[in-house]
Amino acid sequence: MKIENIKKEFPIFNNKIENNDLVYLDSANSSQKPLVVVDRIYDFYTKEFSNIGRSVHYLAVAATNLYENTRTAVQKYINAKDKNEIVFTKGATEAINLVASTFGQKYLKEGDEIIITELEHHSNYVPWHYLRKNKGIKINFAEIDEHGDISLESVEKQITSKTKMIALTHLSNVTGAILPIKEITELAHSKGIPVLVDGCQSAPHMKMDMQDLNCDFYAISCHKMYGPTGLGILYAKKKWLDDLPPYQGGGGMINEVKKNDISYGELPNKFEAGTMATAQVIAFNESINFLNKIGIDNLINHENDLLNYGEEVLRKNNSVKLIGNPKKKGAVLSFTIDGIHPHDIATILDEDGVAIRAGHHCCQILHDKLGLTASARASLGVYNTRDDLDKLNESINNCKKIFNK
Amino acid sequence: MNLKELYQEIILDHGKNPRNLGKFENFNKDAKGHNPLCGDKVHLFLKLDENKNVNDISFEGEGCAISMASASIMTDLMKGKSEKEAKEIIDRFLDMIKEKDDINTNLLKEDEKTKLMSLGGVKNYPMRVKCATLSWHALSSALDDFQKDVTTE
Repeated sequence: MKIENIKKEFPIFNNKIENNDLVYLDSANSSQKPLVVVDRIYDFYTKEFSNIGRSVHYLAVAATNLYENTRTAVQKYINAKDKNEIVFTKGATEAINLVASTFGQKYLKEGDEIIITELEHHSNYVPWHYLRKNKGIKINFAEIDEHGDISLESVEKQITSKTKMIALTHLSNVTGAILPIKEITELAHSKGIPVLVDGCQSAPHMKMDMQDLNCDFYAISCHKMYGPTGLGILYAKKKWLDDLPPYQGGGGMINEVKKNDISYGELPNKFEAGTMATAQVIAFNESINFLNKIGIDNLINHENDLLNYGEEVLRKNNSVKLIGNPKKKGAVLSFTIDGIHPHDIATILDEDGVAIRAGHHCCQILHDKLGLTASARASLGVYNTRDDLDKLNESINNCKKIFNK
Repeated sequence: MNLKELYQEIILDHGKNPRNLGKFENFNKDAKGHNPLCGDKVHLFLKLDENKNVNDISFEGEGCAISMASASIMTDLMKGKSEKEAKEIIDRFLDMIKEKDDINTNLLKEDEKTKLMSLGGVKNYPMRVKCATLSWHALSSALDDFQKDVTTE
């Protein structure tokens, strides 16, 4: 599959947005979907639909196999050791909530500490805040440096004898910083601390290798990976999934149910209570096929080229201030323009068909630290081109014209 | 959609140089407004005299051109109005922002109405309506002595 022609695989680009070609620069929020993924959902519902894991009829067995095929495909894509280390959730948010809730229930008590970073998305802060409220744990923040980066040392500084978990992002959705997860995990493990990684922004853009990273938990958002909404993945080492209590109770996750007791099912069923997002899981196999056909190295080269080009173009534009200049950066161009609020920028860009995001991007802690109430963010996907970034720049110039800058 | 209608000169002017910006001494009512979706914030200060007339009004805040301009224009025209009149103007303004083509009240002069009508461009931008109404909800809350901060998510 040639990356130059990849836009053709995404039917949304056939549509005009108010008479403009769509310049989609909001993939960190959610990616567009290739036709193969959309078709797979249609085919499943029209030709193959059944609930999974329960009935013994033909359709149920076939659907169960398709569902489990995706689990195996995900296992291979992220190089997990065991297919039962893959748990489907309704999103990365639920994946993190699952860990915070079950780990908190079993292992955390008043006075215990966990470490997160100032870069975290609210979904890797709020679930831990619940434990702060309910159990009296303490949350320590590893601080960013002046480049919007988190170093091994800034995490190390927060470690105490009471630290019970380190939960941090792999790739910041605002500064684009790529964190040294492998090194942080090595350090944490040397002190007996497990590590949870929010992989929402990294999974669509980086090579995934769970065995190499060696972290304990890794949360993935499928809709940011050219997959359907309503689906996330929790990767967790098998020892944790065996050890932690179930998250939600219901059908499918039990072994035996009696009036006086209940025993729980084996992995992976233990964490997949109720009817799951079956069509989405099955269609996500096509997203992985799609990514495999492009090839992760080609994807990384393409997006690095775009990122460098985008930074170059925006740096030349005098009014634009880029946010964050980390050592290793991925897929995100956050910026401000003096005297023009990010919301006004986003509205004006939209008029040219340029879709970006404005706001705090669910990172209020980070924006407070940077002294900003909001920022504008252009984020990249595999379908973007240098031309898209030129259009972004032209449209920014149009903003400046409207605001007489 | 029409950007020129949204970003009229008067909005750009008030957005860039908001009137009545900053806290003043001896206010006797205040309220905060917050749009959690975008982070826009406004803190409104109000002094009602013994006859419940708006003696002074100002605001502090951070936000886009639309929300700053709206707070600026609103505070300008509320001075001297009675509490009852202020509430009436708030209602008519919110009517106009949501659905009506006009501001149906004789409490405002024609040029004041024209200024407010310049904010009507947000009708075509549903995601931006909250920017225009944030300070108005805050004023409403201050007048009602409603202690809870308002949000416009």
